Amino acid sequence: MSTTTVTPTKLWSGGKSPFNVEYGKLMMWYFLMSDAFTFGAFLISYGTIRFSTNGWPNPNEVFRSYPFAGENANAPLVFVSIMTFILIISSVTMVLAVHAGHNMDKRKVAINLALTILGGLAFLSCQAWEWNHLHNEGAWWGHNPFNNHDGTASSTNFTNYFFTITGFHGFHVFSGVIINIIMLIMTLTDKFEKRGHYLMIEKAGLYWHFVDLVWVFVFTCFYLI
Amino acid sequence: MEHTAEHEEHVGGGVKEIIKVTIILSVLTAVELALGFWMMGMPLISNLRIAVKGAIVILMMAKAFYIVAYFMHLKHEIKNLIMTIVVPLSLFVWFIVAFLYDGNSFRHLRNTYDPHFKEQSTIQAPKKEEGKSEEKKEEAKPEEKKAEEKKVAE
Repeated sequence: MSTTTVTPTKLWSGGKSPFNVEYGKLMMWYFLMSDAFTFGAFLISYGTIRFSTNGWPNPNEVFRSYPFAGENANAPLVFVSIMTFILIISSVTMVLAVHAGHNMDKRKVAINLALTILGGLAFLSCQAWEWNHLHNEGAWWGHNPFNNHDGTASSTNFTNYFFTITGFHGFHVFSGVIINIIMLIMTLTDKFEKRGHYLMIEKAGLYWHFVDLVWVFVFTCFYLI
Repeated sequence: MEHTAEHEEHVGGGVKEIIKVTIILSVLTAVELALGFWMMGMPLISNLRIAVKGAIVILMMAKAFYIVAYFMHLKHEIKNLIMTIVVPLSLFVWFIVAFLYDGNSFRHLRNTYDPHFKEQSTIQAPKKEEGKSEEKKEEAKPEEKKAEEKKVAE
């Protein structure tokens, strides 16, 4: 069946999925769409508050440390760029796992899934370190030790949004890692081999890529702009 | 069979494409970071700074496109599926424009009609040292307020 030759009338005449994907995958897309609106609402709310305030902390002053750096580290963007690359690379290994799944290559699926899980755990560790570091500096929900760009006192909006949005994203990464671990166990116990296809990996993959996608936006909105 | 159909459907993928997209994403991120480093030395309010931020947002959208189109395979799905995902998301265009415009307008209104708000946002915070705890900052604040009050009384 080639997708280009299927005419719309044939697609909607019944007997097969008009979207040409199985039910679970379509529902995963719809779930991700709703999740996109949740994240979108968070980020737009953050943008609105930022636009309605005269001053805002400088991310290059707030996020300038990295592990084992000591008190006076001044390396803005360095640690977060490492986190970004970790997530991109884990997304790539996930694509490779899905690709191996199409070829029914159990070994490659397992290897790439394991690498994806490692990437996810590495990202979570980085985030845990960063949260801990900021908390030690006095930043938390309701507490903002950082001043605005121009030296004026800042409200707690900055930390509230930062912890809420990166926390919500981190929770998504965490559940993604759990899903991937389940996928890895199912792969290793030959569940998918017996089923005859690795479509489940694809759905987990969609979720994982979405997590990466959200990070693209969070990273830009909080650390760069 | 369902899964055999699935096999043919995903011909668009392939390891070559994955590597290509990986390189594109890495390059886009590197450019974003380079712009971020460049922006650090710029004055706080300048047109160039806004232009660089705009460029970063465009790069962000490009990255999002590559992730959704190639990693999530949406480009290789049929048009019906693409439309059912992308059309509802176009609501974001209104969402972003309307809310950011509203936030900006609220700031203008407050700066124009609320002298207290305007004044609050010009008070310099006490310069604090590295690693100082929250309590000390709160201690410093009332003192500053007293100083302000004195100024007003004079």
